[in-house]
Amino acid sequence: MKEIKVYKFTGDFAENKDIARKIRVEFIIPALEKKNKVILDFKDVESATQSFIHALISDIIRKKGVESLNNIYFRNCNEIIKNIIEIVTNYMQDSY
Amino acid sequence: MKIHLSNSIWIGNIDPFIRSFDTSNEKVFEITSHKRWVSVHPVILCMISALGLFMRKHRAKISFEKMEATSKHYFHRMGLFELLKLDSEMKIKPHESAGRFIPIQQIKNSDELGNFIKDMIPLLHLEPKKVEPIKYIMSELINNVLEHAVAPNGAIVCAQYYKKSNTIRMGVVDTGVGIKDTLQKFYHPKNDLEAIKFALTPGVTGTTKRIGGGSEMNAGAGLFFIKSLAKTSRDFFMIYTGRAMYKLLKNPKNKQIKLMADPLKDHYSSDDNLPFWKGTVVAIDLCLDDNIDFKELLTAIKKVYGDGKKNLIKERYKKPRFI
Repeated sequence: MKEIKVYKFTGDFAENKDIARKIRVEFIIPALEKKNKVILDFKDVESATQSFIHALISDIIRKKGVESLNNIYFRNCNEIIKNIIEIVTNYMQDSY
Repeated sequence: MKIHLSNSIWIGNIDPFIRSFDTSNEKVFEITSHKRWVSVHPVILCMISALGLFMRKHRAKISFEKMEATSKHYFHRMGLFELLKLDSEMKIKPHESAGRFIPIQQIKNSDELGNFIKDMIPLLHLEPKKVEPIKYIMSELINNVLEHAVAPNGAIVCAQYYKKSNTIRMGVVDTGVGIKDTLQKFYHPKNDLEAIKFALTPGVTGTTKRIGGGSEMNAGAGLFFIKSLAKTSRDFFMIYTGRAMYKLLKNPKNKQIKLMADPLKDHYSSDDNLPFWKGTVVAIDLCLDDNIDFKELLTAIKKVYGDGKKNLIKERYKKPRFI
């Protein structure tokens, strides 16, 4: 199980898409490729933009399929972040 | 290029200001103003700054007529003359700015954006719940400029909080390629107004033709989110790019708010025959009253986003032609 503390990278407002990409490319994807589960821990992150969450996870869903969500856990998300993650995961599953 | 600042320019009455741009002389950028009082939306300061920087880069001379209006100090305090390296001929004692405004800033990369977001919050002295949508809007709008505008001068931004109406007014301006150019590769908008319509529709991004899922880094949701925030707060939102302007008008207080995926179904005005703006101008007013709940808004967006995208996909389906 790979645990990633998002706050460590973003501070309390997760908005930088370059950082999102870095977390995805350097931590999430390698862990998934090693068949590990990933926990994205949003403790102390107060808010995030849709762009950040999109850059963080959309490409994984696109390339590895929606089943990849079975291996990614979102921890300590407040209602705002939960909503944004749901928006992104919904539209990624609806896309064609 | 000649512009005149009348005594009052806000989003509601910005149209005549834009229509009055005189673009005949490209060698001089001339700014004149009302003699007694000038009161303007922050986006106007961003527009003057962006134009000034752009024209100076193209070796034009900037001629800012000495301001006589009693409100001239505001322009100085917001940093207009400093950014354009002009002598305001005003001697002003600086005082604590907290709680009122974010002076004009030029942002050219994501590090500067991150620092700007951190620095702007204390300037506004607002409770955290009210700051969320402001951070969100600024971050998404500036990101759009950095990623899509191809603007060497970056994003020019500023904002002002108005205590009496509990409203924040924000402007983000660039002199890049404009929305039509950004969307040209995949959506081929016929004109600037259609380009704005595409840009405000959830699921449309200039980085892919795929509707909904977007590309690795873009989903085409940012402007839709921001328009939705303005609509929920029953305030103005405006985009001006190329020759077109789209303005979301205020929703009456007694009217129920319904978020629309299609911007042309909103209560709006538009004009597609304005003086050409090379780049994009975005302005938004946001009332910070307690009736604006960012969490609830996101729930509403979640539903509308899905519906809007389904309609777009439906529009794209080719149907057999039976004759």
